[in-house]
Amino acid sequence: MADSGLYVHVPFCASKCPYCAFASCTRLGHLAPAWRDAVLAEARRRAGSFGTFDTLYLGGGTPGLLDDDLLASLVTGLRRALPFARDVESTIEANPADVTRDRASAWRAMGLDRVSLGVQSFDDDDLRFLGRRHAASQAAAALQALRGAGFTNVGIDLIYGLPGQTLATWRDTLDRALSFGPAHLSCYGLTVEPRTPLARSVHAGRVVMPDESRFEAFFLETSRRLAASGYVHYEVSNFALGPRSASRHNDKYWHHVPYLGLGPSAHSFDGARRWWNVRGVEPWLRRLGQGGLPTAATERPTAEQHRLEVLAVGFRTSSGVGLPILRATPGWQAILDAQVADGRLEVADGRAVPTVRGLLVADALARAFA
Amino acid sequence: MAERRNFSIIAHIDHGKSTLADRLIQHSGIIADRNFRDQILDGLDLERERGITIKSQSINLPYTSKDGREFELNLIDTPGHVDFTYEVSRALASCEGVLLLVDATQGVQAQTLANLYLAMEHDLEIIPVINKIDLPSADIDMARMQIERDLGLDGANALLVSGKQGTGVEELLEAIVERIPPPTGEVGDPLQALIFDAHYDAFRGAVAAVRLFSGEIKAGDLMRPMAIGKAYKVEEVGVFRIVREPRPILRAGDVGYIIAGIKSVADTRVGDTITMDNNPAPIALHGFRESKPVVFSSLYPVASDDYENLADSLERYKLNDASLVYTKDSSAALGQGFRCGFLGLLHLEIVQERLEREFDQSLILTAPSVIYKFTMEDGRALEVDNPAHYPDPAAIRGGEEPYIRASILTPDRYMGAIMKLCLERRGVNSEIAYPSPGRMDIKFDLPLAEVIFDFYDRLKSITQGYGSFDYEMLEYRKGDLVKLDILVNGEKVDALSMIVHKDRARARALNACERLKEEIPRQQYKVAIQGAIGGTIIARETITAFRKDVTAKCYGGDISRKRKLLEKQKAGKKRMKMVGDIEIPQSAFIAVLKTSDDE
Ligand SMILES: Nc1nc2c(ncn2[C@@H]2O[C@H](COP(=O)(O)OP(=O)(O)OP(=O)(O)O)[C@@H](O)[C@H]2O)c(=O)[nH]1
Ligand code: SF4
Ligand SMILES: [Mg+2]
Repeated sequence: MADSGLYVHVPFCASKCPYCAFASCTRLGHLAPAWRDAVLAEARRRAGSFGTFDTLYLGGGTPGLLDDDLLASLVTGLRRALPFARDVESTIEANPADVTRDRASAWRAMGLDRVSLGVQSFDDDDLRFLGRRHAASQAAAALQALRGAGFTNVGIDLIYGLPGQTLATWRDTLDRALSFGPAHLSCYGLTVEPRTPLARSVHAGRVVMPDESRFEAFFLETSRRLAASGYVHYEVSNFALGPRSASRHNDKYWHHVPYLGLGPSAHSFDGARRWWNVRGVEPWLRRLGQGGLPTAATERPTAEQHRLEVLAVGFRTSSGVGLPILRATPGWQAILDAQVADGRLEVADGRAVPTVRGLLVADALARAFA
Repeated sequence: MAERRNFSIIAHIDHGKSTLADRLIQHSGIIADRNFRDQILDGLDLERERGITIKSQSINLPYTSKDGREFELNLIDTPGHVDFTYEVSRALASCEGVLLLVDATQGVQAQTLANLYLAMEHDLEIIPVINKIDLPSADIDMARMQIERDLGLDGANALLVSGKQGTGVEELLEAIVERIPPPTGEVGDPLQALIFDAHYDAFRGAVAAVRLFSGEIKAGDLMRPMAIGKAYKVEEVGVFRIVREPRPILRAGDVGYIIAGIKSVADTRVGDTITMDNNPAPIALHGFRESKPVVFSSLYPVASDDYENLADSLERYKLNDASLVYTKDSSAALGQGFRCGFLGLLHLEIVQERLEREFDQSLILTAPSVIYKFTMEDGRALEVDNPAHYPDPAAIRGGEEPYIRASILTPDRYMGAIMKLCLERRGVNSEIAYPSPGRMDIKFDLPLAEVIFDFYDRLKSITQGYGSFDYEMLEYRKGDLVKLDILVNGEKVDALSMIVHKDRARARALNACERLKEEIPRQQYKVAIQGAIGGTIIARETITAFRKDVTAKCYGGDISRKRKLLEKQKAGKKRMKMVGDIEIPQSAFIAVLKTSDDE
């Protein structure tokens, strides 16, 4: 079986972005040392269910905020607590405001070899709207610093579909990003998550989101432009410069490979069971402090539930869904034929693979075969 | 042995029958106070939610009179709504008397009169009772006067009660045992037990509610429903005391139940007479008149393979609601189903809801229809209650539709809105009266077809719930009747067709298209919805295809969430009907039966 993935959730941010629904907090930075000790404790207690790990992903929140010593001790502690393969992809998520040449070198020294940089946009108006702490110029400086420190595997995160954004300004952002030759690009359509400040602004009419046809235009333009520059559109929001540049870690989520999540709100899958941790930092610390596990709930999907998961996730990726999975749906052949005729799916090597237009309606494809 | 008194409580809707029954039950002490709840005889969830009685319900109460005599009272609480009159007439067949309630604030109303006539037909002792005397607006003198003038009863003899507060209940109980005659009928004669109601118990089979007119019956007897050639061994007899209470024997004059392990629903027919197999009565008792439905609609199971199951449920349901009539029906869009006749719109709604709740059915209803009459060019006369049977328009000489006389009581401030509604609905012959200051009585002749299409809900909403509506049937009148078809992506959805007056066809078509547009989820394709008469399109709406249906992110934690959503949508699919390649949700079929709030 493929090696497992390891995810560590860093629940701290310097400030909260108005559109973000991730579990993170801005006031509890002083808890970082306790958090590190507890992550290591959780790692030891959960080690049993997994084989060796070939990815380490520090996500959040804002892992790049953690100071070098703390980060180093965390990484060494994890290496000691868990079995790792020889070749490990080790990623840290960071915000441009927190990246300096020195810090980047320190990360490399710890053995981190991939950075996912939350650039979001190269347009200062966009960045202000998104409530980010950095300016476009800082993003460029951060990318330079990473290159200088020897990072060759850098991913850039961008967001499109902002109010006021035009295809022209979005193209500028894409081109700026491409000029740094990143191995990986994540381009997310801005989503209004419930219970966020953005949701309240939209609800109150202060912010008007672009409609679906504009969204579609952004999506297609992104795919086209990046393809022309050699990037493979391998997941709804993800592009890789050649197959080996895909995020090895995220790929595990989409292909039902086991992953262990440590930290508040982290999710895990051991190949049979799924579980997730309590969301709050303090309850999570308390549970571990009492010698127990911080699990909020566990489930063991049935065969049919597993099939639905494959559908829910498979049509989001360029590898699509194997035909045997589709055959369980009554009338599957007619459904498939209609989608193929309509240019949303293609059949290749015994799999139904979404086209770019198919990726845009991946949820509807999953529903059609549910 | 305790003497018997059998009576029903009858009245106009909401005049307080069930509440008064509560006080009588409490007085008898058969239910501990901590187990009591208001309108305890309204046992169906639907009755409790809507605050109205739908089913007649009988209960056996012990009573000791002032002079020390022992009684068993069999009380039947009845519904007041006109759609359930059939329930009243069956209840009356098992009684010697009635309490005719009149709300002291409202006086005599349409159903007071209608129910009085029913009681007189059955030759019952009538005790007029003026209720709700605790209310400040109670006008006892007016009520007495109306009882004399409008009902022709002795107003001076009316009892004064408050069902809410229990005032006058003791006097009422004395009057019941004094004034209502005891049942007659010989215990020694052959058994004659009238089945006046029934229901199906999953464990025991059919439970028949009976009134014994002669003879006696006990567990172990071999009994025979006279309309059926088959004998059954009696398993249990008893009386209703909210729950069933077994008794060793039921005798002439008693009201109670019989269980005989009858699993075949057809063998228990409301209106049939039960007798003894070895000593049968020479003739059966008078059954009940067939009820005459006025509103028709077809019922289809949402999942077509549930047809057998629906057939079964309908049969069992009918045991408990003899007024429902149905025959097989079929539709190209919806498969096999049943054409049902209802006593009114509320009845239709109740049948649908009870089938869904008590029998776990998911149903699709087609647009309700009245009975239309057509005269054909060749002189033939046709009656049509189903749009599927609408004749070739070229061969029609003329059409007719039933009218009603509507009476709407309302505070006068809503007059304008009500007039507008009635005129839109082709109302004629309006007449306005002012029964009391600030209140109006607006009368209109209206086509029944317009009334069964979302009239009552509209009236409720424009009068903020203050308008009350009552009607009586008038004659058939001429009308230019056409068949309106609804097409989805060019395919006719036969279950959405309706017969309508030509002048109203466009408005109805637009409404249907708009409702469908709201209810049919956007698809990957553009969907055209059209209304057409013959080949002519008269209304059109388009559902645009969705451009995007995907979430931006999907990480480890999103997978179970996405799967759960998919599980829900998969379950929802069972409630969808495929028309061509378009999924139409069950709710769409219901939505076209309503107008939007801003009509
Ligand atoms: N103030 C007052 N309210 C009463 C009295 N009797 C009934 N009510 C109220 O009148 C409303 C209708 O009472 P019900 O007992 O449900 O009337 P009903 O005649 O059984 O109604 P249907 O079965 O639907 O015909 C309820 O809100 C009762 O609380 C009374 O004596 N005094
Ligand atoms: S978007 Fe990133 S930096 Fe902003 S609040 Fe969310 S986790 Fe923190
Ligand atoms: Mg009642």
